[in-house]
Amino acid sequence: MSPRPGFVLDVDSSTPPTLFWHGERFSLEKLPEGSRVIYAPEPIDPLSDPQAAIRHALTHPEGDQDPLPALLFPGMRLTIAFDDISLPLPPMERPDIRQLVMEQVLDMAAEAGVDDVELIVALALHRRMTEPELRHAVGDRIYDAFAPNGLLTQHDAEDATNLIHLGQTDQGEDVEINKRAAESDLLVYVNINLVAMDGGHKSVATGLASYKSLRHHHNPETMRKSKSFMDQHKSELHSANWRMGRLIRDAGVKVFQIETTLNNDTFPGAFQFLQKREWEWKAKDRLAYVGAAAALNRVPARHARKIFHSVKAPHRMTSVQAGEVEAVHTKTTANVWEQQGVVVQGQTDILTMGLPYISPYNVNSILNPILVACLGLGYFFNLYRGKPLVREGGVLIMTHPTRWEFNPVHHPSYIDFFEQVLSQTTDPNVMSEQFEEGFATDPWYIHLYRTGHAYHGVHPFYMWYWCAHALQHLGAVIIVGGDPKAVHRLGFRSASTLADALEMARDVVGTSPTLTHLHTPPILMADVQ
Amino acid sequence: MKALVLERNLPRFAASRVASLLGSGRGAGIGPLQLLDAGAPERPGDDWYPLRPLLSGICGSDLATVDGRTSRYFEDMVSFPFVPGHEVVGVLDEGGVDFAGRALAAGTRAVIEPVLGCAPRHIHPVCVQCGSGHTGLCGNLAFGILEPGLQTGFCTDTGGGWSTAPLMAHASQLHAVPDALSDEDAVMIEPTACAVHAALSAHVAEGDLVAVVGAGTLGLTTVAALHHVVRPTGPCTIVVGAKHPRQRELATSLGADHVVPPDQLARAVRRQAGSLVLAGRLTEGADVVFDCVGSAASIAEALSLVRPRGKVVLVGMPAKVTVDLAPLWHRELTLVGAYAYGNETAAEPGAPDRRSFELATDLVGTASLGRLVSALYPLERYEEALAHAGAAGRRGAVKVAFDLRNPKGRTR
Repeated sequence: MSPRPGFVLDVDSSTPPTLFWHGERFSLEKLPEGSRVIYAPEPIDPLSDPQAAIRHALTHPEGDQDPLPALLFPGMRLTIAFDDISLPLPPMERPDIRQLVMEQVLDMAAEAGVDDVELIVALALHRRMTEPELRHAVGDRIYDAFAPNGLLTQHDAEDATNLIHLGQTDQGEDVEINKRAAESDLLVYVNINLVAMDGGHKSVATGLASYKSLRHHHNPETMRKSKSFMDQHKSELHSANWRMGRLIRDAGVKVFQIETTLNNDTFPGAFQFLQKREWEWKAKDRLAYVGAAAALNRVPARHARKIFHSVKAPHRMTSVQAGEVEAVHTKTTANVWEQQGVVVQGQTDILTMGLPYISPYNVNSILNPILVACLGLGYFFNLYRGKPLVREGGVLIMTHPTRWEFNPVHHPSYIDFFEQVLSQTTDPNVMSEQFEEGFATDPWYIHLYRTGHAYHGVHPFYMWYWCAHALQHLGAVIIVGGDPKAVHRLGFRSASTLADALEMARDVVGTSPTLTHLHTPPILMADVQ
Repeated sequence: MKALVLERNLPRFAASRVASLLGSGRGAGIGPLQLLDAGAPERPGDDWYPLRPLLSGICGSDLATVDGRTSRYFEDMVSFPFVPGHEVVGVLDEGGVDFAGRALAAGTRAVIEPVLGCAPRHIHPVCVQCGSGHTGLCGNLAFGILEPGLQTGFCTDTGGGWSTAPLMAHASQLHAVPDALSDEDAVMIEPTACAVHAALSAHVAEGDLVAVVGAGTLGLTTVAALHHVVRPTGPCTIVVGAKHPRQRELATSLGADHVVPPDQLARAVRRQAGSLVLAGRLTEGADVVFDCVGSAASIAEALSLVRPRGKVVLVGMPAKVTVDLAPLWHRELTLVGAYAYGNETAAEPGAPDRRSFELATDLVGTASLGRLVSALYPLERYEEALAHAGAAGRRGAVKVAFDLRNPKGRTR
């Protein structure tokens, strides 16, 4: 039976309660009659032979690009850059898709007699990955062959000796990227395109860039002009990355882009009910829900978090395409939409969403309040094409515990951002002008970014900038079940129950509002007509 | 007339100490303090004048005394029984003479500079410290015509502020209160003088980063002193760790640049200093840290916040504490006390020195520090008053004082 497409359910009296994520926990909520619930399409069929598909993609490239074997020659410098821990979500079961692709690229390089090969994690200003995380991404064989010899490195956006300024775009944007990557005879980029925002020129122009370069598009103005950044053609974020990518190409950097897409088979075994439609739950799904909910409610949050972060997704590859960046990305984006797209008629007054335990920036870590805001307003709000799911002036209701809690190893500057910056302003422009540079150049944050596993000092600003479009668009943001102090620090309203939140929302949007629930994860993209 | 009298009674001190484990000031009812009928003490000399208290504050050192937590260091510098209360504004019903030899008419309101140095003790010639105006450093606190007592409020001969009966004030102690100041303003002059003395003793330089640990009366008045007295000649950045919301509001309004909860102070200082962190300490840090608490934890924190060769000023009264001094040695820190008051050197070349009390009197008016007086109690409700003072921060209060003007009840 072929997978069913996405679906918009109209809630009526017979509709069972809807599952809402609440961080490391979840609950069933009865939505008002007349509400809509948007469900993701079912997982599409994966490639039956991923190895063959990868080989085919490498030898039959897209666009004006030679097959990979033809680009490899003895004595060349080959650099393979790849996406970091932020993709995919949750991390996938072994073997990771990056491992599968890189093994074939390395086999071809070996066959061609290439012996100057380096692997670089394209982490931009994200935290450095740990050895277990790297082993998971690239596999033990590659890790053991490269890492001990210093040939598997993590991009260091603060290492001035290994950055090169390639010039400025016609918009005056500095393009400064990893020197080894730029000066290689060939830069192979191995991507995982989880959402439509990923990939394309953004892979190199962002993943291997410095703060000097990133600040040109990671800023409030760009984010506000990206409507949404899941829609490349209406995204100023992408326009800037495309300008930069073309400059990189014109500067002589030869990029062979390999992009992959995954199906949205997100949760394994016992958690499969999380990606099913509630009215189709069977007895074992209901039993699994009751058991999981009860168990998670009993254990401390840190244990619940540990349980979920140990979950590996049964994602499977649905496509792989390689070659010239833009040609590759056009196909990739279409494949992402095939899996995630759901047509939705019209906007809503109130958009509800349950926020899970994970975002791109807290794998094996804590979803702190800033990341809560970013996940809801930055990511889920922007999962649209056309118009936002919620109308201008509408209300966004999110469910999440939103604890005043941070991982000091991963997010040290987030703590200071929360204490110092958000206590004074939630305006992205104001914080950008008054605080960003201080955090970006703080030597302690730089030290922790370069030597530990900390996100760069400026990263919490970027998380807040991701919210800029939503902050401008929405009439109110309400978090249900959050720590009121933390919620208020974010500038949002706090409610104890969904019913209370709906009551509060009516004060903003009127007494007979329309309501839509975004039932994700699994991730979906709303094509709002 | 009534007075609260503190007697040397070891069982009662022990009981009070145990009760204070429930909270500072909670042992007042079972401790060595008693409300007794009292009259004015005898005049120790012709240059002494009766001062009838109007308001008298409850200081941290008073609470420590009532709680039995005071360092034994002070044992020989007090004489029992005594009437506590050294933060006093009162009326000179018979007139008097002030510290500068000026006549004060009957009915003049005055505050006392409570240190009992050489001059009140009729010791001639005065010691080197008193001779140079640093009366707080006088070593003759147990000699001369008076029984031992480092200050009025700790000496059996002088009386104290926690009394409706007059205390005896020496001319060298008296400062007239300007008419523009309310009684509440005036009762803040003594603690403010301590803060002024501390702020000036640190020699804060232009551009310095200054951290203040604690935001009770001393912390807040130190902030005010830094802002109004130090900053005009030495612009600096002031970061304050304040535990309670009301304290944070006041610290901000008094001139602090950054006010954060205590658990965020290290991070706030680190950000301002652009410091790294090593072994839980800042590699750089604040140029000067004022510890306005005086506990082992606050001293340790102050030592962790200050830059190498920086200065930690103990403003709050410490007792016997255990502190790791390795960083003090390794980072060549200066740990210095700031007690009471004295002569303050003017920043402007050629300008005359002024008493800390004079500067404090100006500052109290400029910064409206009378607003720090949060609650007034009659003597009869001293147990409540002391419990309130012991929990001032938590209860949204700063300075709690006895109101000797209206014996019928708490006035606010």
